[in-house]
Amino acid sequence: MIRTPLRPLARILHARQKGENPDKIERDNIRARHEEMRDKMRQRAESRLLFVGVFFVIAFMLVGARMTELASTEAVEPQASASGAKIVAQRSDIVDRNGRVLATNLITNSLYAQPHLMIEPERAANELVAIFPDLDLERLKKDFTGSRKFLWIKKKLSPEQLQAVHEIGDPGLLFGPREMRLYPNGKLAAHVLGGASFGREGVHSAEVIGTAGVEKSFDEFLRDPAMDGAPLRLSLDMTIQAASRQVLEGGMKLMNAKGATSILMDVHTGEVVSMISLPDFDPNTRPNGLIKGDPSDSPLFNRAVQGVYELGSTFKIFAAAQALEVGLVNPNTMINTKGPMQKGRHRIRDFHDYGPALSVTDIIVKSSNIGTARMALDIGAKRQKEFLNSLGFFEPTPVELVEAPGAKPLLPKRWADIHTMTVSYGHGMAASPLHLAAAYSTMVNGGTLVKPTLLKQEGIEKGPRVISERTSAQARSMLRQVVQRGTASFARVEGYEVGGKTGTADKPKRRGGYHKDKVIATFASAFPMSDPKYVLIVTLDEPSENSGKKPRRTAGWTAVPVAAEMIRRTAPLLGLRPALDRGELSRVVNTASR
Amino acid sequence: MRGLFYTVSALAVMGLGYWAYYENYETQDALRTASALQSEIGSSRETMSVLAAEWAYLNRPERLRDLADLNFPDLELLPITPDQFGDVAQVTFKGPEVEFDPNDLNGAVDVRGNYLAEDGEQYP
Repeated sequence: MIRTPLRPLARILHARQKGENPDKIERDNIRARHEEMRDKMRQRAESRLLFVGVFFVIAFMLVGARMTELASTEAVEPQASASGAKIVAQRSDIVDRNGRVLATNLITNSLYAQPHLMIEPERAANELVAIFPDLDLERLKKDFTGSRKFLWIKKKLSPEQLQAVHEIGDPGLLFGPREMRLYPNGKLAAHVLGGASFGREGVHSAEVIGTAGVEKSFDEFLRDPAMDGAPLRLSLDMTIQAASRQVLEGGMKLMNAKGATSILMDVHTGEVVSMISLPDFDPNTRPNGLIKGDPSDSPLFNRAVQGVYELGSTFKIFAAAQALEVGLVNPNTMINTKGPMQKGRHRIRDFHDYGPALSVTDIIVKSSNIGTARMALDIGAKRQKEFLNSLGFFEPTPVELVEAPGAKPLLPKRWADIHTMTVSYGHGMAASPLHLAAAYSTMVNGGTLVKPTLLKQEGIEKGPRVISERTSAQARSMLRQVVQRGTASFARVEGYEVGGKTGTADKPKRRGGYHKDKVIATFASAFPMSDPKYVLIVTLDEPSENSGKKPRRTAGWTAVPVAAEMIRRTAPLLGLRPALDRGELSRVVNTASR
Repeated sequence: MRGLFYTVSALAVMGLGYWAYYENYETQDALRTASALQSEIGSSRETMSVLAAEWAYLNRPERLRDLADLNFPDLELLPITPDQFGDVAQVTFKGPEVEFDPNDLNGAVDVRGNYLAEDGEQYP
């Protein structure tokens, strides 16, 4: 690069000749050079600024474009990092204690129409009615030709119906995928499961929500995606449930009862192994509730949990056990049973006259109202109330059904002496069969409180003690003798040492007073009595056994034979080995073990 | 030296470009496979749930009971009852095995069967 000299000799000499200052020329040149440098710098800086500006404009445009794209497109699951389709179904299965399916989901389709897309609305309507006879042709035609843009036609389609609708071939008939709840076992365990229906519905999917039973009480659990499809495991055993239902249904017909219920409960854990209420319904097509009349006439009514009945003499064991517990009596103490017993304007009678006195055991065995009432009077109202409260008779059962909290036991408003007496033999106070099952479990399992549950339990968790081990053993012995030589002689099931107490209570009329010929017959039993494993409650509503001259309605003739047959059928299925006396063979085994 | 450096970097850029192009297509291919597998898993799960439901439906106790009744002549299935339990002492154990000596059978057993005569004629 050729630089212009700051002091060009020619100009200096020329300036000297003229007598001017030559330094001025130098300064001039320096200034010119600086101006040139400044222009160059500015140009460079401007181009840099332009570059940076363009860079930022492009960068911001890119960011903006990406944001617009994200905002305007539908969200897509990131494919590369997808961890696999984890959500199997939107609602978990319900299984029994052995993992057999009680409720599951099935993929199906719903049918909807968009009339503005239809080509031949009238023909489509005609053909739809041919497939679904329950549709109203006129209404369908009106909807299809009217101004509606959208209407649901069917919520669930079978594959055959789907194909038939496809074959109509109208572009205005569309299908939406649906998950529907399926109860493969039909009526079995209907009251426990309850039912499910659709909640909020969209074209692409619909919520499935529980409407009753465990489906409703565990709705949140069943719909929780975090559960990863883990099933809800109930304490029910499907085999036992099926066998019990068959026996109970047969028994109900034989005894001409209008309803029946049975509960089989594990005495240590409180697990309900089977719970049946008849008449029942199919949860796949759950009927609507009754609008008028007695709700207990509806098949939806769960007698085992919602049915609050006066359970009759089955309560006597509680009075006897408490009298033993507080040390008022021992099993052989003689109690005055001379009747009728007068208390104010009330009279208490026995079914038969049992003579002047009976031992405590015999009061239970022969089911003497007078004897029980005398024991209860000795115990006193306060202690009796406390005891029944500790057995859970004053609160609804804590079982996991939506229906349970609504079934509050009916208690006398004032607890006078007469109430103490009547409650001791199960009148004037009403509770559900499930209350009774839990209380009997507590009585026979060694005296620790049992809370009924429908969920499978791992291991035994002992509740607080209600009665002593000794009282429990004495109660067991009394209950065993009821079967051996008392009112429940039909319950002698070879090998299973059944013990229990019968109870026959007159049904209360709606307007007060009691029916003469309508009873609730209950048999509360436990087996095997040497080491109880299960409690079985069988209750028949208005039974009457008509084989004799007069119809027999007492529990001993109605509920007991049904319960006995149930034990005969279910105990082997429960894995209980009968303690049979095998004569010579048992002798061989005994010598071998000695 | 500088020329070599430029050549090498140009080649490297070309190589990396090819590699990126190739990887891009590989990735897209893998994603397609993954989504195909996902949908296959989904439909298999659906099939499984339908089959499970069908299995549960076909094995409902009511139907099994009816089937047992229908096939009673062949199967002779009855509900389990308490008297079907037994003691170990009731089991008849197998007796001691008897040694089998083919020499003992000499002339004792009459053997019958298809016998092909030498002239080809077959006798029953």
